[in-house]
Amino acid sequence: MVERSEVVFVDGVRTPFGRAGEKGMYWGTRADDLVVKAMVALLERNPRLPKDRVDDVAIAATTQAGDQGLTLGRTAALLAGLPRSVPGYAIDRMCAGAMTSVTTVAGAIGFGAYDVAIAGGVEHMGHHPMGAGADPNPRFVSERLVGTDALVMGATAERIHDRMPHLTKERSDRFAMRSQQKAAAAYEAGRIQPDLVPVATRSETGWGLAVRDELMHPDTTMEALATLRTPFRPHGRITAGNAAGLNDGASASLIASEAAAKELGLPVKMRLVSFAFAGVEPEVMGLGPVPSTEKALRKAGLTIDDIGLFELNEAFAVQVLSLLDHFGIDDDDPRVNPWGGAIAFGHPLASSGVRLMVQLAAQFALHPEVRYGLTAMCIGLGQGGSVIWENPHFDPKAARKARKQERKAA
Amino acid sequence: MTGTVEQDLAALAADEVVTEAYSRDVPLPDGGVLVLVTVDNGRDHKRPNTFGPRSLAALERELLAAKARAARGEIRGLAVTGKPFILGAGADLSQVGVVPDRATAKRIVSTGHRVLGMLGELGVPSFCFINGLTLGGALELALNADYRTVAESVPAIAFPEVFLGLIPGWGGCFLLPNLIGIENALRVIVENPLKQKTLTGPQAFELGIADVLLPSASFLERSIAWAGDVLAGRVKVERPHAPGRLERLAKWDIAIGVARKQLESRIGTVPRSPYVALDLLKGAKRATKAEGFAAEDEALADLIAGDQFAASMYAFDLTQKRARKPAGAPDAALAKKVTKVGVIGAGLMASQFALLFARRLKVPVQITDLDQARVDAGIARIHEEIGTLLGRGRVNQDEANRLTASITGTTDLADFADCDWVIEAVFEELSVKQQVFADVEPHLSPEAVLATNTSSLSVEAIGARLQHPARVVGFHFFNPVAVMPLIEVVRTPATDDATLSTAMTVARTLKKNAVIVRDAPGFVVNRILAKVLGEAMHAVDTGTPFPVVDRALDAFGLPMSPFELLDLVGLQVGAHVLDTHHAAFPERFFDSANLHALADAGVLLAKDDTGTVKGFDKRAIAIVQRTVPKGATPLTAEQFRERVEDGLADEIHRMLEDGVVAAPEDIDLCLVLGAGYPFQAGGITPYLDRVGASERAFGATFHSPPIRGAASRS
Repeated sequence: MVERSEVVFVDGVRTPFGRAGEKGMYWGTRADDLVVKAMVALLERNPRLPKDRVDDVAIAATTQAGDQGLTLGRTAALLAGLPRSVPGYAIDRMCAGAMTSVTTVAGAIGFGAYDVAIAGGVEHMGHHPMGAGADPNPRFVSERLVGTDALVMGATAERIHDRMPHLTKERSDRFAMRSQQKAAAAYEAGRIQPDLVPVATRSETGWGLAVRDELMHPDTTMEALATLRTPFRPHGRITAGNAAGLNDGASASLIASEAAAKELGLPVKMRLVSFAFAGVEPEVMGLGPVPSTEKALRKAGLTIDDIGLFELNEAFAVQVLSLLDHFGIDDDDPRVNPWGGAIAFGHPLASSGVRLMVQLAAQFALHPEVRYGLTAMCIGLGQGGSVIWENPHFDPKAARKARKQERKAA
Repeated sequence: MTGTVEQDLAALAADEVVTEAYSRDVPLPDGGVLVLVTVDNGRDHKRPNTFGPRSLAALERELLAAKARAARGEIRGLAVTGKPFILGAGADLSQVGVVPDRATAKRIVSTGHRVLGMLGELGVPSFCFINGLTLGGALELALNADYRTVAESVPAIAFPEVFLGLIPGWGGCFLLPNLIGIENALRVIVENPLKQKTLTGPQAFELGIADVLLPSASFLERSIAWAGDVLAGRVKVERPHAPGRLERLAKWDIAIGVARKQLESRIGTVPRSPYVALDLLKGAKRATKAEGFAAEDEALADLIAGDQFAASMYAFDLTQKRARKPAGAPDAALAKKVTKVGVIGAGLMASQFALLFARRLKVPVQITDLDQARVDAGIARIHEEIGTLLGRGRVNQDEANRLTASITGTTDLADFADCDWVIEAVFEELSVKQQVFADVEPHLSPEAVLATNTSSLSVEAIGARLQHPARVVGFHFFNPVAVMPLIEVVRTPATDDATLSTAMTVARTLKKNAVIVRDAPGFVVNRILAKVLGEAMHAVDTGTPFPVVDRALDAFGLPMSPFELLDLVGLQVGAHVLDTHHAAFPERFFDSANLHALADAGVLLAKDDTGTVKGFDKRAIAIVQRTVPKGATPLTAEQFRERVEDGLADEIHRMLEDGVVAAPEDIDLCLVLGAGYPFQAGGITPYLDRVGASERAFGATFHSPPIRGAASRS
């Protein structure tokens, strides 16, 4: 008999994120090898898991061709040395690929179909520039199903600035600078490294080893940000400084039923509470996380005030600000992206969702006073995805103490 | 910055495909820097890294730089690894083969020692990450490092040197036995190369060549982490196979002695390099590293400058290059598609054909014979053989099922109608072969190819009575069919290009090496063997004792003495071969009534219960002694050897004049692949040139300049 089950996040890792293109550290490395290395490291970190207990492998990629083609979940499973009895499949929901891998296997686990699954994603944007090889249906234009801006992500972010004039370029730049500073501090404190999988990088001048994200700019200043070009519109607001870059990278996570985790002695880093995806106008795709978060909160029976930690994907600073603005949260609220975000680390589309979860899980362990956390991200063509997690380390006493201190401070 | 490899050596290597060395700093988990040196010639996996003078200079440059940094305390270790799938295939032999003199050879060897030896003198620990194919000099690169990791997926790790007339001379003979013990080292340096065996990554780890075996999906990452563990003292490397005092005192010399005895009985004492390797391995017991390396310098310089290495390289090139691009082969695009094979005959040879064609061509195979009982016996034999393959794990159950289903028997030639390749393996008699082809032809499409496995008959005559003789081709296998790599493809004046091209393609698909020969008696291999065996029987017939004849050709280094060969092919068959050749060339080939008598009596060699040869059967000696003519003078071993050498030079010269094959290279290729003639003789023509037989026989040499080492040239 299938039994409905609680779903837990056992563990997750990612590769360092590289700069897309010929000058990037992964130019000579295959996309599938990136995600395989992440999976191998994940399995090595969890030696108690018998490999044949993995019920499925879901791996996301936005462009499913070339070294990201051929049903990645299955090929990656074979390449990672999982037994042939372990099946696999590929997932695509653009930026929320890895997030959708997680929610999809979570659905199967919750239903009782699986006990344990691997969920992850990869995007080698150097080998597969955004939209390459896609052939959009001419009806999108002829029937005005979407505006011409809808397929250019930077242009959709400019549209959010248009819609919400109070979200100024200055606020975007300041948020971006703080992301860089927080990320640098997190590296300095050794918060990021434990969940990074070193990757041997091949180039024409020999092998190297990637151990850090390649495009970090810890010394970013407001003055420097102000001078950057606005490539999507003359005198616009979106720059390379207040948006995530173009990156290569991969992530992998181990999702299980609570019972299976207990049976196998696997750690539980987070407990899944609810998830939701939602659509918005494609021209302002960055607003997507607002309705998806509303929906996820509703399903969970929670309000935004219950969320103690936020891991929001920073595709564009303005799109994170739009969500904070909607829920009445300050731009520099310490609960939001405490270790920085995609503006600093990078955003290899279909791999980012698990990065958010990996960082939230690590923060949960440090914050027993926090009960719930949110991972959320915007998705091309007007979507948002939100996953709400519960902290298994939550301690009511610590929460009370924290509230007391807060009141004192106030 | 450049290394200090001498300018003149670098100049010698002007056209070397340089394996570059690239250093990059990688961070260690505990902090600090590991210099990771990648050796990469910039080509794909089909052109492995090799190490010539300029490659060594590149590596030396990087090692010198690292040593300086180590002295300044900037680095904690250094590791060397290869390009994807390949660490290296060894020293660049194309450079080694053209050295002008022994002194230059020695400098190439000592330069390698100096550069690779630096891995032990950097001032920080050195590592080699064996990520892929690792042969010869590349394995020595690894052995000179302090520690080694190896990937589970590595397909081949080996010292092939003695197979090519060399020895591992960049530290291999000294370092390996001192790392993994004398018996293991003997296996890797002497035994494996002569069997053309290599080690996988896991096997190399088991033997102690590498300190740790790591999964291939994250090999470099894990290797770097392991190096970090070693440097931090978290991992203590154990070397259980390293020889201790007891092994050095008690085991070492005995092991060398046992290996020497085995070598002598297996390959004789003509090939120098395996014995040179034994001497070096023996010396490695007591030598210091400097002494060991110096001994390798001298020994390898001798071999490189010698004739055997030159001939071995020539033979190796034949098997690697000429075998893959056969002389005189028509355009492969002309080849006709083969979708079903017919085999006429269901005997032992025919059964072997049927199985080989089914396995390699992956098409249905139909066999036939005179009656159902013979067909059934043939099919039963094939099924048994498939069962054996299955039992040994050579095929899985699916493949066994496919083979069983795809080979069928019939007595109705109409079932051959859709065969597009028909090969006969019936009794070796012209009228029989003519008849079976005539019987089957009406059932076939006009395009179907008719191949004959005759070894001695005229292929043209076999096809003479057919409606379409242009489709007939000779396709001469060697026994055992599954093992021997040669097929003589016989072109008659009538054979058209499409038929010939089909035969060449079929041969390649069977994973055989085909040599195109003219339709002449004995083709290549049997004609040479008939010459040698005919001379041997004639010498015996004229009073030379068996043992004198039998050992007289030892200098050739052949795999078998003449009478061992006769014993193997069978006296009956041998007599038939001599008769055929005598009939074709009565003035140059001997037949032997004595051989028929020996065949009838079934006696030649005396063997003990285990089949080991113990001399000649007394009855055989009696048979030949009866007929020795009065006044016949026995030959000395020397006289007999020279007679055979001159006779072979003359016969091969005639074969080339008659266009039996395109060039002496094809003769040698046939003899190496079809008769096991040794690399150190280059097959046979380099040997005949170097002993003066060619000059004596026809006043010139087969090769110009003769294929000789630098020491003989200067």
